[in-house]
Amino acid sequence: MLRLAVSFVPSHAVAEEVVQDTWLAVLRGLDGFEGRSSLKSWLFRILVNRARTTGTREHRSVPVADPEPAVDPARFGASGSWADPPEHWIEAAERRVEAGKLAGRIRVWLDELPARQREVVQLRDVEEMSSEEVCAVLSISEANQRVLLHRGRSRLRQLFEDELGGVR
Amino acid sequence: MRLRLLRRDLVCQQAVELVTDYLEGTLARPARRRFEAHLAGCPHCTEYLAQMRETIRLTGRLVPEDLTPQVRDEFVELYLRWRSE
Repeated sequence: MLRLAVSFVPSHAVAEEVVQDTWLAVLRGLDGFEGRSSLKSWLFRILVNRARTTGTREHRSVPVADPEPAVDPARFGASGSWADPPEHWIEAAERRVEAGKLAGRIRVWLDELPARQREVVQLRDVEEMSSEEVCAVLSISEANQRVLLHRGRSRLRQLFEDELGGVR
Repeated sequence: MRLRLLRRDLVCQQAVELVTDYLEGTLARPARRRFEAHLAGCPHCTEYLAQMRETIRLTGRLVPEDLTPQVRDEFVELYLRWRSE
């Protein structure tokens, strides 16, 4: 929760306040929970609302047309085929994970994603919410959710390749 | 022959942008077929898809830090108590 709150407000201290505030709101607002959404998504929705009220970064819709390719266009030839194909890294990642050396890096990469992408990836891939839940929690459309998820995951994939590509 | 025509429809640079839609199951059937036909003939994009799956899997191994099982259980208990009142 704190991690999510931090992405909406300027400082850690404010985020902590938001989290506390959320719990108070939860206790006061149990009436609002109708059992339709999962407990977690309901809780997170309250959190996001509190954080957005408190935070200085305002909620804005994501310009979907804004081009942010999944892969650097320079890696494709004129025909659109791979000129600089993806380097293998899956086996190297498995070894690093087993050695307990990768989780910290992944956490840092996730934290460094643009805020909107981070929120969606955090909720979908770490908290393992459904896309419907994430849309409800963040008040975004399915299409927006998918674009943010795509960009966030694509960036993470590139970071894995940068870190581990060519390691045998 | 048909497969080759289909594959020619989609280039790698386009295919990588469809990966999330593909994994989310939101591609319409013709687009999905075209995507899969491309993969069938393109080891690089097949590798790319595998890497996206691995990215999701590895990210999913991060532990949600804040909502600990204990906190969650307390919250569930609180909620159930409230409901039964």
